[in-house]
Amino acid sequence: QKVSVEVLEHLEHLALVDFRDAEGVERLQKAIQFADQLHEVNTDGVEPMDSVLEDRWCLYLREDDVTEGNCTKELLENAREKVEEYFVAPPGNIPLPKLEERETFLQGS
Amino acid sequence: LAPWVPVVGLEIHAQISSNSKLFSGSQVQFAAPPNSLVSFFDASLPGTLPVLNRRCVEAAVMTGLALNCSINKKSLFDRKHYFYADLPAGYQITQQRVPIAVNGSLSYSLCIDNKMSQMVTKTVRIKQIQLEQDSGKSLHDDTRSQTLVDLNRAGVGLMEVVMEPDMCCGEEAAAAVRELQLILQTLGSSQAVMAEGQLRVDANVSVHHPGEPYGVRTEVKNINSIRFLAKAIDYEIQRQIEELENGGTILNETRAFDSKLGCTVPMRDKEGKQDYRFMPEPNLPPLILYDAKSLPANMNHQQVINIDWIHERLPDLPSVKRKKLVEQYGILPEHSFTLLNEDGLAEFFESVVKRTQMKPKKVIGWILKDLLSYLKQHSLTVKESPVSSFLLADLLNLLEKKEISSTAAKQVLAELWKGEGKTPLEIVKEQKLELLQDQKELEQICQAVIDGHKNEVIMMVLG
Repeated sequence: QKVSVEVLEHLEHLALVDFRDAEGVERLQKAIQFADQLHEVNTDGVEPMDSVLEDRWCLYLREDDVTEGNCTKELLENAREKVEEYFVAPPGNIPLPKLEERETFLQGS
Repeated sequence: LAPWVPVVGLEIHAQISSNSKLFSGSQVQFAAPPNSLVSFFDASLPGTLPVLNRRCVEAAVMTGLALNCSINKKSLFDRKHYFYADLPAGYQITQQRVPIAVNGSLSYSLCIDNKMSQMVTKTVRIKQIQLEQDSGKSLHDDTRSQTLVDLNRAGVGLMEVVMEPDMCCGEEAAAAVRELQLILQTLGSSQAVMAEGQLRVDANVSVHHPGEPYGVRTEVKNINSIRFLAKAIDYEIQRQIEELENGGTILNETRAFDSKLGCTVPMRDKEGKQDYRFMPEPNLPPLILYDAKSLPANMNHQQVINIDWIHERLPDLPSVKRKKLVEQYGILPEHSFTLLNEDGLAEFFESVVKRTQMKPKKVIGWILKDLLSYLKQHSLTVKESPVSSFLLADLLNLLEKKEISSTAAKQVLAELWKGEGKTPLEIVKEQKLELLQDQKELEQICQAVIDGHKNEVIMMVLG
């Protein structure tokens, strides 16, 4: 079962990843096959697990005190461009160009 | 032509009133130097982790209880992914699967036909309340084709309150939001000031014919006041009706309200249906809340949130306060609404009542007609009133003791507005407004008038 070009393009758009070549796509398909093994287990009536902690309460609650911040200079050191202590970004999201408009391996498939 | 049924649902984001942010210890404050209230976690620097703020959880529980919700003793955090310059992590931590509170209701009141004397109570169901992070702020600089990003707001705690589409027009939505605002302010869980972005409302609007399925809905954003909320919704309802009656279709899109033009316009940057790729937040275990029954014995007090403890300490909600005002002072229900609608007015009223012999039913007239209209005319809040409750009480006492007439009282009040520091008694003496009580003096005055107008008297006697 192959992953369609539409899905691949959609994934590249959503996650800004680049499947680059046949090997990249193949790796994805193998990963999906691997994960699909989960379907072999009957999980009727079983709650999905998203933490091995299960019901053992462990979420730490912090007191509402101000303990951080005031490090504008340090934070802006990482910025390529800044304007008066603001980070600078393009005017809006620059979407990944559509499949037809870019040179990508996916075009050929 | 078949009638149209408009359907309105709301998604409201209320900023939690807390010292620090939802998952970090940087300060929550409106208007501070850009990027000064930002921690490494807020800026999404690698290696940082979220740490949940207890106060934010309490605020959400209080709000859930006030809105008659079931509080989920176990709720979960998720990541909602999308790219935007003011969301440094590329995802927002929210509660998509199991939010902290569900299935509540909010009752609000409306005046029929704009007559305050005819109020009707309506209810809107609350689907859920979830805790989530706020994003930073983007300042669009179109001239230089760039966006300036300030992360001070990034990570501030929000309560998203989702109201089911039980409303049918702008007026209902506005009334529901106003009541929610009062509740939040009473609880203190949010200051809910729309102008400062502490309360943001998005409206979901659709229309359909009775008996038919719901129509396609649009989402209306960028609404900055309760007044504009009603306008935006009513405009959108009309737009959809006209579009459909002209044979057009409604797109499932996001539209922005343009307050200057009074209309909704499609929003730019809309990249089709968003796929947020929700996933559990791996860095946060489930949030467990307790009640009196389930309270664990050997746990650090500070790490435990007891729903019942919070419930017992909830203050009187606006609806309860109104009822008490009506019962205690014998005022009309619509009066109690106005009293609670103005910040500080109910306290002002009660302060006057305490200091005067005049019956509350009469005092309320002075508060709602004279005081309030003056404040509105000059755009003053109750706190800014040049006439204090003490001064007004003194004035009403003079009136009640029949030392001045009602007309004179209004004159004195007009003088008091000037805020020159004079007492009502001083003004009465200055302007000689005292009612004459002496019978002989009154007779003398009347006789003098009659003597001075002999012709008119004869005309009157002759009929």
